[in-house]
Amino acid sequence: MKKFDVVIIGGGPAGMAAALGAREEGATVALLERDDRLGGILNQCIHNGFGLHYFGEELTGPEYAKRFRDKVLSDQNIHVFLEAMVLSLTEQKVVRAISPTEGLIEIQAGSVVLAMGCRERSAGAIALAGTRPAGIYTAGMAQRLCNVEGYLVGKEVVILGSGDIGLIMARRMTSEGAKVKLVAEIMPFSSGLKRNIVQCLNDYDIPLRYSTTVTRVTGKERLTGVYVAPVDEKMQPVLEQEEYIPCDTLLLSVGLIPENDLLTGTSVEMSRVTSGAVVDEYRQTSAEGIFSAGNVLHVHDLVDNVSEEAYIAGRSAAKYVKGELPFSVTVSVTPASGVRYALPQKVHTGEGKVKLYFRVDKVYRGRTVVVTSAGEVIKRKKTLVMAPGEMQNIEIDKSLIKGDVCIYTEE
Amino acid sequence: MNTTCIMCPMGCALTVEEKGGVVTVVGNGCPRGEKYGKAEFSHPERVVTTLLKGLYGGVVSVKTDGPIPKDKIADLLAWAASYRLDHAVKTGDVIAESPVSCGANVVATSDFKGK
Repeated sequence: MKKFDVVIIGGGPAGMAAALGAREEGATVALLERDDRLGGILNQCIHNGFGLHYFGEELTGPEYAKRFRDKVLSDQNIHVFLEAMVLSLTEQKVVRAISPTEGLIEIQAGSVVLAMGCRERSAGAIALAGTRPAGIYTAGMAQRLCNVEGYLVGKEVVILGSGDIGLIMARRMTSEGAKVKLVAEIMPFSSGLKRNIVQCLNDYDIPLRYSTTVTRVTGKERLTGVYVAPVDEKMQPVLEQEEYIPCDTLLLSVGLIPENDLLTGTSVEMSRVTSGAVVDEYRQTSAEGIFSAGNVLHVHDLVDNVSEEAYIAGRSAAKYVKGELPFSVTVSVTPASGVRYALPQKVHTGEGKVKLYFRVDKVYRGRTVVVTSAGEVIKRKKTLVMAPGEMQNIEIDKSLIKGDVCIYTEE
Repeated sequence: MNTTCIMCPMGCALTVEEKGGVVTVVGNGCPRGEKYGKAEFSHPERVVTTLLKGLYGGVVSVKTDGPIPKDKIADLLAWAASYRLDHAVKTGDVIAESPVSCGANVVATSDFKGK
């Protein structure tokens, strides 16, 4: 059995940053990636807008990935396993994987960082009614086929969901000569960035309809069209107002789910809100020595935040192996009024600062974010506007923590 | 012209008008919105990212190395669609200097082995 201080599962932005973080603390690192190159989904995100926070400049996805990949590959103490599919992870931190070049790989890890990312919700996941013809893709699948493999998946397109991937693909398909007839969004607002609505839809006169969903699809071998209808306040489609739109392609941008299948059978405590593990500020899960970061922990909107979070997880995983991770009492961090979830869900008492990341449950203007500990206010922050699609953060002083922490918004 | 300000998450709805050579912005919440509205009205610019096909197969992702006028985007995309790259390039290599007189160079954003 091979031995490494820190084993990282997943070689996307989270895994690469975690590897560099672990190296900062002198650990030996194994990085396992199932694709044939590092970079993850960044490799197919050829649009720009990455790295404004982390590097202070605007990069495309492949360029952002390259910055990390070059550093990872030039470090002799990071052993990269490509085309390595991790099959199991035990609480004793034994990782088993297979790869075409090495066969079965067994590693005893000192600590493990989970960096598997997330997967897209599919037609089945949203119980899409109608036939099952060709031409229905998740937006990310279409993005990979287009940007990496070089195939345009259709000519006349309807997109369900106005998350950033849906918006980006609306522009991408248009640039490649397809006609995007409609972007339908079931919510009364978009979870995508304003900038993407302006530059991906408005620039190309692509219509966006809110409170609208696809009710069923038609077509035998290939998709021939979709029915769309507005939804009422209870999110139920108003079928009397159903409208038929002929098209050969439907792209789904209907949500992302952290891919935590590997944790099945372990005692790692999971959050029902994020679908990721419950972690402390070091991004350590309830299973000692197992850490989690990036989209496998909670779905991010900016890769910059993924890198920052994974760097913390990687450093902490290395410190754990050295026995240097501070132990102290933990308090819980719970969301209330207006806050859907906050992360980390646990914080240690002690010195220093900790950044709490959170998402609100709807669009708020002019609200104040309040953090309390043991019932006393320890931080207040006024905000202009907060939207569910934009992750917020607030920094608190750990020395002020005297008991359980609560984060909420008020008028 | 109606547009949405993208300078911050507020997303102010802007109305930009020109009267007698003077451009006015209404609806902005701060000075950045006024500047953005005026720029969008008189000379909107975008960085363009797209793909080029390799002459012998494969694709390579590219971008303009600076923003180009919005009304040049369609021409540039048409140029990109007909272009065939016949040699290997590395990230950052200039593939074409100011094609369709767009004012920016097209550079590779990923490595391409030539096929």
